[in-house]
Amino acid sequence: MSKTLFNSGHTACAGCGQSMAARLVIDAAGPNTIIVNNTGCLEVFSTKYPETSWGVPFIHSLFENAAAVASGVESAIKYLGKADEINIIAQAGDGGTADIGLQALSGMLERGHNILYVCYDNEAYMNTGVQRSGLTPFDTNTTTSPVGSISSGNLRPKKPVPEIANAHGIPYVATASAGFPQDLQRKVKKAISIKGPKYIQVHVPCPLGWRHETNLTINVAKLAVETGLYPLIEYENCIISARRQITPKPVEEYLKVQGRFKHLLKKPEEIKKIQDIADNNIKKYGLKVEQQQISPSA
Amino acid sequence: MFGPLVCKPGSSRNNKTGPWRTELRPKFLKKACIACNMCLVVCPESCITGQGKNNYDFDPDFCKGCGSCAAVCPKKDIEMVKEDSI
Repeated sequence: MSKTLFNSGHTACAGCGQSMAARLVIDAAGPNTIIVNNTGCLEVFSTKYPETSWGVPFIHSLFENAAAVASGVESAIKYLGKADEINIIAQAGDGGTADIGLQALSGMLERGHNILYVCYDNEAYMNTGVQRSGLTPFDTNTTTSPVGSISSGNLRPKKPVPEIANAHGIPYVATASAGFPQDLQRKVKKAISIKGPKYIQVHVPCPLGWRHETNLTINVAKLAVETGLYPLIEYENCIISARRQITPKPVEEYLKVQGRFKHLLKKPEEIKKIQDIADNNIKKYGLKVEQQQISPSA
Repeated sequence: MFGPLVCKPGSSRNNKTGPWRTELRPKFLKKACIACNMCLVVCPESCITGQGKNNYDFDPDFCKGCGSCAAVCPKKDIEMVKEDSI
């Protein structure tokens, strides 16, 4: 039996992509890790007092300051002379990263703390009942961007948080997906081997908020990458060093399995807009696999 | 506050989530398994254990019956069956 540092008995929904990714991240990081987690689904379902799923030290902070608390933990570890032995991971959901925690994250990146920040991007505030966040994609049906006769969901595109993190000039930024577990673990291992602030954004499907079947979690995450809507890229020292190349699939394949995009299937003009976002990503990051070439993994 | 505020690592194992299964449970056929480890990797409950071919199984005390293992199995060696058929 392979021992995991993220134990059974947590209270996540069946098919939760976040619990999948959280286990992959902590198992890749190893037991010499301190987790700082702000409020969000992950904190709520994994640390239901007096029980905890974690096999490592875990500290919960307010919604906005996982990065700030992690900075303090890192400074204390440095003072104790144990900075080389202990990894510090700050974890947050997409709301706690892109909206509420952005200034703390920016401060952490700018001060150059040796911390890996992992954002679990499930594309809305799932814990409180699917409200839109800065990372909710265009035309998504959420409770605060409902679909009606005029509205077709969220009006704004996804906030480019990996680019914002990258603009701080930090040594490592990557996007990963729960649909590609080995790739995610490789990125975490690589990140903790680098000194300085690191940022990884993991795309984690949420069967409750995205309204797809619980057994489709992995497939939905894969489709987001394969359609070009969630490019898997790695920046090292601000330059793109690797990307997962794809043979692009039409975005309908990704949209039709999810209830949050169901309203779009009768509106070809809206699907066209989403296809444009995917095409833009493919062009911008050079994701399309070239002819006569075997696809290298990102 | 009352009592110690530090929780024992991994103590969530006291909380059995098996009764959350409503309809389906996985059945490991143990015939065509190639030990690719994918079912263990994707299980959101971390409740699948095993090593080597045809040796993987799940822990019914924790499985919530999401069906991710059956969906990811490349050999279709896991199938979801009705809860009362066992």
